[in-house]
Amino acid sequence: MSDTTTTAAVAEKPKKEKSPILFGRTGSLTKAITNYCPGCSHGIAQRLVAEVIDEFEVEGETVGVCPVGCSVSAYNFYSCDMAQAAHGRAPAVATGIKRAKSDNIVFTYQGDGDLASIGMAETVHAATRGENITVIFINNAIYGMTGGQMAPTSLPGQVTQTSPYGRDTDAAGFPIRVCELLSTLDGVALAQRVTVDSPKNVRAAKRAIKKAFQYQIDGRGFTIIEILATCPTNWGLTPADSFTWLQENMIPYYPLGVYKDTGAAEKE
Amino acid sequence: MAEKVLMKGNEALAEAAIRAGCKHFFGYPITPQTEVAAYMSKRMPKIGGTYLQAESEVAAINMVYGASAAGVRVMTSSSSPGVSLKSEGISYMIGADLPALIINVQRGGPGLGGIQPSQADYWMATKATGHGDGHVIVFAPSTVQEMADLVALAFDLGDKYRTPVMVLADGLLGQMMEPVDLPEPIKSEDLPAKPWAIDGHKGKRDHNTINSLFLVAQELEDSIVSRWKRYEQIKAEEQMSESYMTDDADIVLVAYGAASRIARSAVNKAREEGLKVGLFRPITLWPFPSDALEATVDKAKSYLVTEFSMGQMVDDVRLIVNGRKPVSFFAHTGGVVQTPDEVLEALRRVATGETFNMVPYQSKLSGEAR
Amino acid sequence: MKDLNIMFAGFGGQGILFAGKIVAYAGMLDGHEISWLPSYGPEMRGGTANCSVCISDEPIGSPLVIDPDVLVAMNLPAYEKFIDHVVPGGIAIVDSTMVGTCTLREDISYHTIPATALAKDNDLKGLANVIMVGRLLAATKFSTREVFEKAIDKSVPEKKKHLAEANKRALQMGESWTAEEC
Repeated sequence: MSDTTTTAAVAEKPKKEKSPILFGRTGSLTKAITNYCPGCSHGIAQRLVAEVIDEFEVEGETVGVCPVGCSVSAYNFYSCDMAQAAHGRAPAVATGIKRAKSDNIVFTYQGDGDLASIGMAETVHAATRGENITVIFINNAIYGMTGGQMAPTSLPGQVTQTSPYGRDTDAAGFPIRVCELLSTLDGVALAQRVTVDSPKNVRAAKRAIKKAFQYQIDGRGFTIIEILATCPTNWGLTPADSFTWLQENMIPYYPLGVYKDTGAAEKE
Repeated sequence: MAEKVLMKGNEALAEAAIRAGCKHFFGYPITPQTEVAAYMSKRMPKIGGTYLQAESEVAAINMVYGASAAGVRVMTSSSSPGVSLKSEGISYMIGADLPALIINVQRGGPGLGGIQPSQADYWMATKATGHGDGHVIVFAPSTVQEMADLVALAFDLGDKYRTPVMVLADGLLGQMMEPVDLPEPIKSEDLPAKPWAIDGHKGKRDHNTINSLFLVAQELEDSIVSRWKRYEQIKAEEQMSESYMTDDADIVLVAYGAASRIARSAVNKAREEGLKVGLFRPITLWPFPSDALEATVDKAKSYLVTEFSMGQMVDDVRLIVNGRKPVSFFAHTGGVVQTPDEVLEALRRVATGETFNMVPYQSKLSGEAR
Repeated sequence: MKDLNIMFAGFGGQGILFAGKIVAYAGMLDGHEISWLPSYGPEMRGGTANCSVCISDEPIGSPLVIDPDVLVAMNLPAYEKFIDHVVPGGIAIVDSTMVGTCTLREDISYHTIPATALAKDNDLKGLANVIMVGRLLAATKFSTREVFEKAIDKSVPEKKKHLAEANKRALQMGESWTAEEC
């Protein structure tokens, strides 16, 4: 794993009042250097969540949960209170935290193996309970931390360490479309798929995360933002080629969009 | 003192937990602990607490992890197969130094086993509650009153030492009713402060993290060693046991939980026959009350251990006695419960100088005990 | 008092566990040590049910009654299963409506009563178990009717408080019944 940082680590943590610094480290991120590889989308996604926390000014009332996967060290990166969780169990841990202190904002930050494979039961049941938490779901179609094995979201034909001849759907089954699946559940307030492959899409992703947090503040129930992400190291591509691969392969299988939005449904 | 009430062990345990300030319960249905969950589902909404039936034992223990991390008193209850499922979460709680009460109303195993009383989870509770270097404090009540009393202590010690605590009961204790004096409810302002909790730093302190991951080996070793120093303190200060007629005993019968009640009846019958028999009853199974058992070794001529298992606690008794005196064993397992007369017969044989390891398969194979 | 170990046995649904609870409560109200232990499991849903009640002035060791001083039998299978375990000189309380013809032991005393028929004929539906409790009180005399009535008040759940009077009538009916042969 590379120690290269992908976030702007040079600026001082800005004060809460207006700062003359125009661009700096996001307030609710610590100064710790992340362990993400060059071109990995985690850095962007993580920062977007932090920016949303800052914009709502809720760092002191927010608790994050990061389970096993590349995001496991995120408890070092956020300056709000954080819990590390067992593989797949973040929605259950978040449920416990939220039920104990319901005034706090609770989010999980989970990868695809964690959320859609070993933790599918926890995900679906937290969703159907309408647990008032926000799930940030990083879908990069591969197991990153363990070195590039097939994920529940790996595409048909995708070559990984454990699908060396390409994902054979006869033997390994099909990828799971999480937002579509969860959108059928009554407890879900918001299920939206975004990506971070362009400045426009990054801004859209942030708006989605902000809406999810707003829905949680409003007590609407379970919110999930799925972020299609790159994993250049395990895909065996350059960062730039990774985004092209994401655009050409992932987005067609996992269309971007809003799959459920109780707020929008009310307006109609 | 309030009037005694007649309650099932499972219900007394649940009410005692509420009175100890536990307002959060996460569980999954399984016989024979169901009354705990049923009681909580009835009471929690009335006291502004949380009762949540999780999707699995795995989820339930992780909800407990989360609530404990947020700083509240929290519990789960299950029975043997369900506790196997919880072992992952218990290990994470040990590693993250999170207190909580975990109830195991034991039934027969392995596998789905049966639903009748058993003590076959002694090893799991005391030696390997989950993966890794770690322990939980384990209490073994033997009466409904103790089911209630030990729950409050379990919460206190869990908070004091930042560790999960298990109450290891069994189907017999969970299902039976006895009169019980319920403890006085603790006031919420008297609960211990938890400055380590992740309850939102409100800008007033540095951020807290709850974590069991240490990728640098030295850091992991340091964290384990610091936890084991606490274990040493627990071993020194928290051992609990009861001795019944052991002062002049030639034979010390050792039993815990429901088996100790049968043992006590056997001791009374043996005394009527003039046999000098006493009962040593561990109340904490971890730490095992080795100091009090050690104190009996000089005087006792021999030991007999009886459990509802093929012989698990007997390991610890033998470690302490360490070959200085003979240790015999007699048991039933799988939900079959020995009678006081069977234990009495085993005591008689020990009194004649026999040493044996008498478990059902041997007596069936050979027609008599070895 | 002398230790009293009682076994209640019958079908699930006959109120076996509740009958045991009244007796256990009465023992407790009299200041004795008591324990109540049900059989549990699939039996709850229609099979055989039994429960052990121990009353003593010493802390109770094993709560499992294996050799009862008193057997309360509410059907033939229960009677046949447990009658040979009753201690010599012990007592059998038998619902003659349900047990019918049975072999008798010479060394124990019998107190029979057609509890199920009496319950049916006296508008005490579902209270044959409490009639049996009344019979047990008369046979053992280990406590008084007043205490048993209080035990009924304690045992009847809040939602069923209106049934307490019927329970007490059933208790009295069982207690005042004059002996009949099995």
